[in-house]
Amino acid sequence: MNVPDNLRYASSHEWILVEEDGTALLGITDHAQNELTDIVFVDPPEAGKELESGEVIAVVESVKAASDIYAPVDCEVIESNEALNGDPGLINTDPFGEGWICKVKLSKPDQVETLLAPDAYREQIG
Amino acid sequence: MTETLLRESPLAGCHQAGGARFTQFAGWNMPLLYKGILTEHQAVRERAGVFDISHMGEIRVQGSGASDWLNTQVTNDLNRLKPQRAQYSLLLNENGGVIDDLMIYRLDADVLLIIANASRYERVAEILRSRVPDSVEIIDESDSTAALALQGPLAGTIFQRAFGQPMVDRNTIADFSLDGIPVFVAGTGYTGEPGCEWFFPAGQAADVWNKLIATGSDDLQPCGLASRDSLRLEVCFPLNGQDLDEDHTPLEAGLGIFAKLDKGDFVGREALATQKAAGVPRKLVAFAMEGKSPPPRSHCRVFHQGEVVGEVTSGAQSPSLQKGVGMAYVPTAIAQPDTTIDIEIRTQGFPARIQSKPLYRKS
Repeated sequence: MNVPDNLRYASSHEWILVEEDGTALLGITDHAQNELTDIVFVDPPEAGKELESGEVIAVVESVKAASDIYAPVDCEVIESNEALNGDPGLINTDPFGEGWICKVKLSKPDQVETLLAPDAYREQIG
Repeated sequence: MTETLLRESPLAGCHQAGGARFTQFAGWNMPLLYKGILTEHQAVRERAGVFDISHMGEIRVQGSGASDWLNTQVTNDLNRLKPQRAQYSLLLNENGGVIDDLMIYRLDADVLLIIANASRYERVAEILRSRVPDSVEIIDESDSTAALALQGPLAGTIFQRAFGQPMVDRNTIADFSLDGIPVFVAGTGYTGEPGCEWFFPAGQAADVWNKLIATGSDDLQPCGLASRDSLRLEVCFPLNGQDLDEDHTPLEAGLGIFAKLDKGDFVGREALATQKAAGVPRKLVAFAMEGKSPPPRSHCRVFHQGEVVGEVTSGAQSPSLQKGVGMAYVPTAIAQPDTTIDIEIRTQGFPARIQSKPLYRKS
């Protein structure tokens, strides 16, 4: 499974990419999309929504079931990935790229350091 | 959940070797998918796919008077079933509720083979045994039989390559030999596509599967139960345990054509006649979501003008139609195509519209 080195990970299989301007992109990992199988629908968060880490930020529906996606850190949603409306399968084909779920503003940027580094996440998914 | 009691298909090794992902279904460990539901679904609609259906049950009913007796147990009229043909039928309880839906093949005048659902075939065999006259035998051949379904527009081409003979016609059965292995073939299926189902000895199951996979090559996609479910739902074939159960009659399920009330007595006939005379109170309808929504799932509540009128029996994202679809029992008064309903998915209502069946038609 692909686990890019430039990301941080939550044990619940979300990734976060912190940009230079202090915003961050969120998505689910290659491992998660593979476990969920074909994604057929994404219920995205609305811009402006404020969340604490561990709260449900989005729901993705696969052939098997609906799965909650959690905010890995405290954040405020800036925008959702509109492309997922038309093609939720982007999460399957490019989970770390075009399949990003939303862009957020970090409420407590330091929290990112508490997330799993790539090696630790690799160890978790075995 | 207990793992130890799961049954394994005789083809389990082939699925493992092929990289399938497994799921539990009706007490069986079966392939959920190989490459993904969308890929497999599309392959069956456009080319061909093969499914392991060894979890289905095979029950042979034979002996003097077997056909006349079985005709008193099931809804369809076996007197109209000619040798080497297949017939869809149902086994009911006394209240007219569906115990199982069945395919019945007539192998000979008094030799019938029943294909029953994985979750129900032991009960079907038990019920038949409890009522059978001495001259008729009920033989459960499920453990010694493996089965597969070859489905899709290229099924006939692949069949011809495998056997050197044309594929059987729809609802026709015949015996074939695949390099010496006896294969009983029926022109039946559960996808809405042309195709056939093969029944063969469990001990030679892997040989049959591997030969077919090799013969089918790039034209043939091995498929799991996930796409089997989305394919059958698009064409509104009911799944027992979801769309059919002992609390609903075939008349409610829209299967009245398979219940011949005029053929003579059968178990459940009186209840059906009574219901028919009184009016069928609810019907199994197909629906499609109107706009963008999460896919509907079993047990989602169905609303009409703000009132709860039923619940979804089967639901999924339709790969062919690219929207959520499903089936539900609703009161007969609103069971008309174009009626608008709302489906409650995760606490939120989403608009849907009742559709005529099937939801998907080959263009």
